[in-house]
Amino acid sequence: MRFFEFEARRIVEQAGIPVTSYGFCTTPDEAREAAAEIGGPTVVKSQVLTGGRMKAGGVKFADTPDEAAAHAEEILKLEINGHMPRGVLVDPKAEVKQEYYAGVVWDGTAKKPLMLFSDMGGIDIEQVAEEHPDHVGRGHISNLDPVFDFQAKEVIAATGVTGSQLNRATPILARLAELFRDGDMLLAEINPLAELTDGRFVALDAHMEMEDEATGRQAELLREKLGIAEDDTRDTYVPSEFERRVKAIDAADHRGVIQGKDHNFDGNLGLVIGAGGGSLTLTDAVRSQGGKPANYSEIGGNPSVAKACGLAKEVLQKDGVEKIAVMMSIVSNTRVDIVARGVIKACLELGRDPSEAIAVFRIPGAWEDEGARILDHYGVEYYDRSVSLWDAAGRAVEKVQGAS
Amino acid sequence: MSDAASAGDSIFIEIEMSDAVASDPELATKLQEVCPVSIFKATDSGPEIVVSQLDECVLCELCVEAAPQGGIEIIKKYG
Amino acid sequence: MSVLLTPETTFIVQGITGREAVNLTRECLDYGSRVVGGVTPGRKGREVHGVPVFDTVGQAVEHHGSQIDGSVVTVPPAFTKDAVIEALDNGIKLVVIVTERIPRGDVAEMVEYADRQGARIIGPNCLGLIAPGICKMGGIGGPAKDAEKAYEPGVVGVMSRSGGMTTEISSTLTAAGLGVSTAISIGGDAIIGSTYAELMPFFEADEQTEAIVIYSEPGGRMEAQLAEWVRENDSRLPIVAFMAGKFMDDEEMQGMSFGHAGTIVEGKEDSATEKIARLEEAGIRVVERIDEIPEAVREGVSK
Ligand code: SF4
Repeated sequence: MRFFEFEARRIVEQAGIPVTSYGFCTTPDEAREAAAEIGGPTVVKSQVLTGGRMKAGGVKFADTPDEAAAHAEEILKLEINGHMPRGVLVDPKAEVKQEYYAGVVWDGTAKKPLMLFSDMGGIDIEQVAEEHPDHVGRGHISNLDPVFDFQAKEVIAATGVTGSQLNRATPILARLAELFRDGDMLLAEINPLAELTDGRFVALDAHMEMEDEATGRQAELLREKLGIAEDDTRDTYVPSEFERRVKAIDAADHRGVIQGKDHNFDGNLGLVIGAGGGSLTLTDAVRSQGGKPANYSEIGGNPSVAKACGLAKEVLQKDGVEKIAVMMSIVSNTRVDIVARGVIKACLELGRDPSEAIAVFRIPGAWEDEGARILDHYGVEYYDRSVSLWDAAGRAVEKVQGAS
Repeated sequence: MSDAASAGDSIFIEIEMSDAVASDPELATKLQEVCPVSIFKATDSGPEIVVSQLDECVLCELCVEAAPQGGIEIIKKYG
Repeated sequence: MSVLLTPETTFIVQGITGREAVNLTRECLDYGSRVVGGVTPGRKGREVHGVPVFDTVGQAVEHHGSQIDGSVVTVPPAFTKDAVIEALDNGIKLVVIVTERIPRGDVAEMVEYADRQGARIIGPNCLGLIAPGICKMGGIGGPAKDAEKAYEPGVVGVMSRSGGMTTEISSTLTAAGLGVSTAISIGGDAIIGSTYAELMPFFEADEQTEAIVIYSEPGGRMEAQLAEWVRENDSRLPIVAFMAGKFMDDEEMQGMSFGHAGTIVEGKEDSATEKIARLEEAGIRVVERIDEIPEAVREGVSK
């Protein structure tokens, strides 16, 4: 789950990291008030969950409260990369002496959070890491022990930073590491972390992302401290009609799991496939042999007949679909006969002859003999484990191409 | 045999109950309990087959075991 | 011999009274595995297929009368960390975590804890491991007779990020007459207890194993880590890799399941194409099809 800048700053602030006295506003009047309170020049920043807002005109400087209000009015109406802003942030225009970067991410190899620091802030850390590796300091923290300030100090000192700058930045990076761990974050970065002309360090912009799996146990932070509503999931992905319908079928019944995706798929071969690894392998096998999948799907966890039927029906009814291929890697939990019933039922309910609509049925494993009997009754050829995933996909491609 | 089920429109599975089973309210409760996919509904006059659920039958035979020998038969319409 | 498991391996099932755990227990017992107890808090005194159920891991160990080797953990995500640490504190050295959707921080904590105790975690989000003819620990391969059909004892060590594909690949090896020494479903999460590279030394030390087959997917640095391991260690084992998810490389597919966090640390090594290149650079044979694996293994072994 991604956070808006104003929320990320609140998170940072609550962790004891200094920020400028910003105001989050949803109307031009609020922006005027906020700017008046700040006094002096301000920056008005669009609050969107996408990058590139500077380029798009989502960040503007104002000398007076009226100017801030005018900018806010414009920015509130400005769509950036298909996103409308949640509001604007009015921030004092800081007198910056130097910009730094402070971040914490997961290192999957070490299986520990990794602190990152750079004295080249304000730009993408990935770019700094590539072009100026000596300007990036790194250091792991334990998942079990407390975060010690000296660990942050070592990371910062590695970039050559010393003096009062080192002493001011150290607790900031250490607190950021703590909040990363305590808040189940996938990413916590302050960029830029600014050293002001008066020597103070403040977080000028912050990015945070929380792991979706943890949003349940982080309810206190999300609901009480940030006031984020439960249904405000921040999904930036807009599901297609097909995807929404498959999701609804899946939710209607707790037995088994089905998933369907058709983002960027528009072929003539419908895929009713599973499970996780099998689906990836089969989608590749279809495409490598010149086939055009109409969708991606996953069946797993022994779904009910109704669920398998629902998925197959949705796939069969997709625009351009001529036939479906029903294929899985060897199953031990999901039952072959139950899936067979589901897909045949789907064909019959749509008035299709299963032997014509089902290009291939290749699911070896649990209850395969029973499955084969059902398929045989409807004239659908059954492929067991002696037909490889690759060959099954190839035959499906052949059949659908022969049909068109 | 009662034809309570055969009037349904299931595709794959049919269940036949003997008259004794079909009119046994006590057994009905038991069948409703054992069937993992809710194919039996207990009524005051005996078990009723929920036709819309028939095709979900997982062939576990728990119902067959719960009933007196030969009282319930699972019929696979696919031969 | 085999890897991590022996005919004497004893294990418990934590969360044994759950629906999937009951099946898994039955399957393991039928296969001949020594399931010596189960734990579900509040259910002490029950039995699951003859296996006694306890409230705590400590009670299970006490009842068994000596050290228990392993645990299969099937409890819900919110309780997994506690269950795993309970097992580790009771001297268990091999923990298979079946549970999915555990927050990453919890996984990392459990793994670090296990490291300190000299214990090993397999998973989470995995089906466990099997040494054909010796022991099956977890749902891997399904019911005993299905597992026997797909997994025959042999010379190939299998490691897979997909539980189902572990069986598909092993079945292919079995059909080709090569068989499997030990197959490990290592789990599909971003952070897992044991990666390919971390398990390699075990296979290396196992006389029965003559080759390794891995199943890989996009995301993470696990394949790059294996490539590094191969370069740094003069392994006697030829490795054959299969990489799924090449279609995700397409420009228009990007961003669909990749987060920002991983890409900073891991550079641009996440995609299938990049991973294939990295594996091949290290001398690992990458095949395009599962059915090419047996031939590639034979060629590797005869070199
Ligand atoms: S066999 Fe099992 S699933 Fe089928 S009706 Fe009987 S109890 Fe229900």
